[in-house]
Amino acid sequence: MEILMSILAGILFMAGTYMVLSKNMIRIIIGTAIISHGAHVLLLTMAGLKTGAPPLLGLKASTYTDPLPQALILTAIVISFGVTSFFIVLGYRAYKETGTDDTKKLRGTDSYD
Amino acid sequence: MLTALHFAIIAPFIAAVFVPFLYKKFSYIHTGWFVLAVPTLLFLYFLQYLPITANKQTVTAVLDWVPSLGIHFSAHVDGLGLLFALLITGIGMLVVLYSIYYLSKEKEALYNFYTFLLMFMGAMLGVVLSDNLIVLYTFWEITSLSSFLLISYWYEREKSRYGALKSMLITVMGGFAMLVGFVMLYSMTGTFSIQEIIASADDITSHNLFIPAMLVILLGAFTKSAQFPFHIWLPDAMEAPTPVSAYLHSATMVKAGIYLVARLSPVFAISGEWLWLVAGFGLTTLFWGSFSAVRQTDLKGILAFSTVSQLGMILSMLGVGAAAIHFDSMEDNLYVGATTAALFHLINHATFKGSLFMMVGIVDHETGTRDIRRLGGLMTVMPITFTIAVIGSFSMAGLPPFNGFLSKEMFFTAMVDITSFHLFNIDNIGIVFPVVAWIASIFTFIYSMMLVFKTFTGKMQPEKLDVKPHEAPFGMLLSPIVLISLVIVFGFFPNILSYSVIEPAMASILPSLLGEGEQFYVDIYFWHGWTIELFMTMGVIGIGTLLYLSLRKWVAMYQVFPDTLTLNHVYDQTIVGVERMSSRLTGSYMTGFIRDYLLYIFSFFAAALIFVLFNKNAFSIEADLAPISLYEVILAIVLVSTAFVVMFTKSRLKAIIGLGVLGYTIALFFVIFRAPDLALTQLIIETVSVALFLLCFYHLPHISKELEKVRFRLGNLIISIAVGVTVTLIGITANSSRLFESISGFFPEASYDEAGGKNMVNVILVDFRGFDTLLEILVLGIAAFGIYTMIKLRLAGRNEL
Amino acid sequence: MKSNDVILQTATKVVLFIILAFSVFIFFNGHHEPGGGFIGGLMTASAIVLLMLAYDLEMVKRILPFDFKVVTAAGLLVAIGTGLGSFLFGVPFLSQTFDYFTFPVLGELELATALLFDIGVYLVVVGVTLTIIQTIGEDQ
Repeated sequence: MEILMSILAGILFMAGTYMVLSKNMIRIIIGTAIISHGAHVLLLTMAGLKTGAPPLLGLKASTYTDPLPQALILTAIVISFGVTSFFIVLGYRAYKETGTDDTKKLRGTDSYD
Repeated sequence: MLTALHFAIIAPFIAAVFVPFLYKKFSYIHTGWFVLAVPTLLFLYFLQYLPITANKQTVTAVLDWVPSLGIHFSAHVDGLGLLFALLITGIGMLVVLYSIYYLSKEKEALYNFYTFLLMFMGAMLGVVLSDNLIVLYTFWEITSLSSFLLISYWYEREKSRYGALKSMLITVMGGFAMLVGFVMLYSMTGTFSIQEIIASADDITSHNLFIPAMLVILLGAFTKSAQFPFHIWLPDAMEAPTPVSAYLHSATMVKAGIYLVARLSPVFAISGEWLWLVAGFGLTTLFWGSFSAVRQTDLKGILAFSTVSQLGMILSMLGVGAAAIHFDSMEDNLYVGATTAALFHLINHATFKGSLFMMVGIVDHETGTRDIRRLGGLMTVMPITFTIAVIGSFSMAGLPPFNGFLSKEMFFTAMVDITSFHLFNIDNIGIVFPVVAWIASIFTFIYSMMLVFKTFTGKMQPEKLDVKPHEAPFGMLLSPIVLISLVIVFGFFPNILSYSVIEPAMASILPSLLGEGEQFYVDIYFWHGWTIELFMTMGVIGIGTLLYLSLRKWVAMYQVFPDTLTLNHVYDQTIVGVERMSSRLTGSYMTGFIRDYLLYIFSFFAAALIFVLFNKNAFSIEADLAPISLYEVILAIVLVSTAFVVMFTKSRLKAIIGLGVLGYTIALFFVIFRAPDLALTQLIIETVSVALFLLCFYHLPHISKELEKVRFRLGNLIISIAVGVTVTLIGITANSSRLFESISGFFPEASYDEAGGKNMVNVILVDFRGFDTLLEILVLGIAAFGIYTMIKLRLAGRNEL
Repeated sequence: MKSNDVILQTATKVVLFIILAFSVFIFFNGHHEPGGGFIGGLMTASAIVLLMLAYDLEMVKRILPFDFKVVTAAGLLVAIGTGLGSFLFGVPFLSQTFDYFTFPVLGELELATALLFDIGVYLVVVGVTLTIIQTIGEDQ
């Protein structure tokens, strides 16, 4: 199962990277969202899967799954929501200001004058 | 422990903080009056140390800074340090007083000027009073920085910026080299303390790093003290306001290099290379500086090259003085005199050169020009300034009865004596020393005369001046008058300095020669009898006068040198070349196209991790894995196929919905993997996100139908596959190898007993790792406000951007 | 944008309160069962987002006349405040504690200072989500 999940994380990363590398702004934003999904899956997998009951003491189980990665992922999910929405609005504003969503046309100018 | 001594060093820095407030609050009073208090009080404070150092005692106060690296802010007052500290605060006092009249309080940015000046003063005190090499280095660089800021004080002028940059590049380069030397010294002796290094000096002379360390440290000293061929920054530094030139670029900062040479003499002077390098560079600079000064037409240009030349002269004396170390005691030790002469001339130079700079500042201020071709005949309108110029220049030229004559005589003595020194091949070609010294002195005489007579005698040319010249106000004349009086006082009574200041400083430079209770013999006399030095001086005056009178006939020979061979040209070409090369190099990979940058990041990520994984043989798969059920396989298939759809679709709606499907599938995985909190969060977040995407995408353009070229996409695909594979390998490896014991056992035990919660994830979030959560919601808040700002607040005045 | 969303609007009227009630439940339940500030906050926010989608922003503004930026700021203040509160008892920043109290009617209940912190989280999440959605929505 862990191997399968690692491969899934890899595929998510691959899809995300591929989209981030494209020229289109929407695809870049979706790409970052996919990469964060991949990271969540990876975090969870690294801790080991199905090692016990859900981390709720009320269940009175003998073993529980590791709660720490779950706490990390919970934080990461919320943060990535914040970041994704920030990106969306950034892209949206950039498009409104410049009239393009092609990053090739959105180069920063490096001239000193 | 922080002592009064430490406080004295950092007092100027503290005072600098208040300068802008004083400027703002008391705009009707010239800020200089407040600043004047700082050097005055410090000067009085340091005077108290005179009796202590005169008794060969030193004061050390240590304040731990980075004790683990052996870096302590240890202030050390001995003869040499005190000499410089008095010079810094004393001249500082006069310069601040002078600047009050020189810089108008209405027109000038005084808050900048005095902040930088105080910063420099503190840094310079730090340089000369620190016993720790790293602390010394730090202060050293602050002096370079404040010099940069002061040269570019009138930053709207192109030449000021050029001069500032040049001085910065050259001195900081030297400073950096010096740091390398300090580290070498540390690796040889195991300490950064100068006194401790001196104590173990004998052990390191045969070390491999001894010579390299000496060379790079000398590089630092030579660049700072404007020695040939690094002197080119000093003439350009004259773009600074004249008080700055008088203070930094003649009296104090440029002498930091001399200080360093003097300070480290006990460590390095035993070697022949030291003697040859210091004396050799000093003499070359002496000659080249005085030779170049004669061709200048700008008064400050003359003074700049003159400073270069005088600094070379002091250094050459210090270099020759190193010969003294090869004797066991002071008996029959001729060469001690050279060190005496160096220190004496150091003080003299500060007095006459300071007054000359102030004199030039007055001329500039009252006539509006410093060009000797436009000046002349000012003697009658500016009699006091003229007197200052005459005394200062004659002292510089080495004429009696001023202090410059005494030190010039002692300089000749040192140069003549060294010819009879029997080590390091000096007896073969030693005759070069006095000859060069003598020729350079002739040129010194010529430019000193130019300084006076081209400005003050001859025909006045009022049509070439923008303003009608008149004598300066008394306040402006006060500082040069004080200095010029010192020129005369030291000329007639040199011995008031000898045992109070010079002798203790010599004890710091040549400690090995002094036995218990002994002291150097430092009596300075006018009359030595009909010695060779006296004849040399007479020759200088005679030939110098002839050459000065025939100046117009031979000055054309300076045109012989082509411009392309000058050091300045070399410097300019190097700067232009380096700039062009770096911009080409940067331009080749900094394309401004975000995809390129991401490509670097991702390829590096993949390459580095895969390399390490296999190079260290870290990759492993554990057999003990959780079972896979059919349900999970179906979810996995959904996930993979959705990912591919999102990857290659051309419809943005499909992409967004696909993203949502991915999120929900992952939420289901969370359910399977016993993470109810995550599943809940993921479900809701995904819902809100999709709503958000749809809201925004309504306004965004379609994904361009004509997708990127095949080659472009293929490259992306390869990189992304590499990234995916890397992540997979890392995931499997991380899961299989446990390098550390897991801390997960802590939470089931502690979360109810210590935090009173049964949901461990929640307990971690709000209690055990509460601080993380606090910062996380802070980030969220920032993101929300960022979004709000982007949407609501349109850029006002966008055209200015 | 004029469209016929009678079904959505009717459903929303009912569902809204169920979601809101459930979100409050899940928030308080968070210390022992799945839930907590993040989930409760998101759920409340999503209920209001639903309201926005079914009706329109103006209407929501009339019903809920809050400035959600202020809600965010208040949440942050509450969270930091609970952290600073630790100093009053001479313990490190963000130390939490809990105890059991007996209430009339409700019986014995556990009260934890972590709940106060979680209220801060809840407010921030609601505030942030709605600030984002509202700002974007208004920019049409």
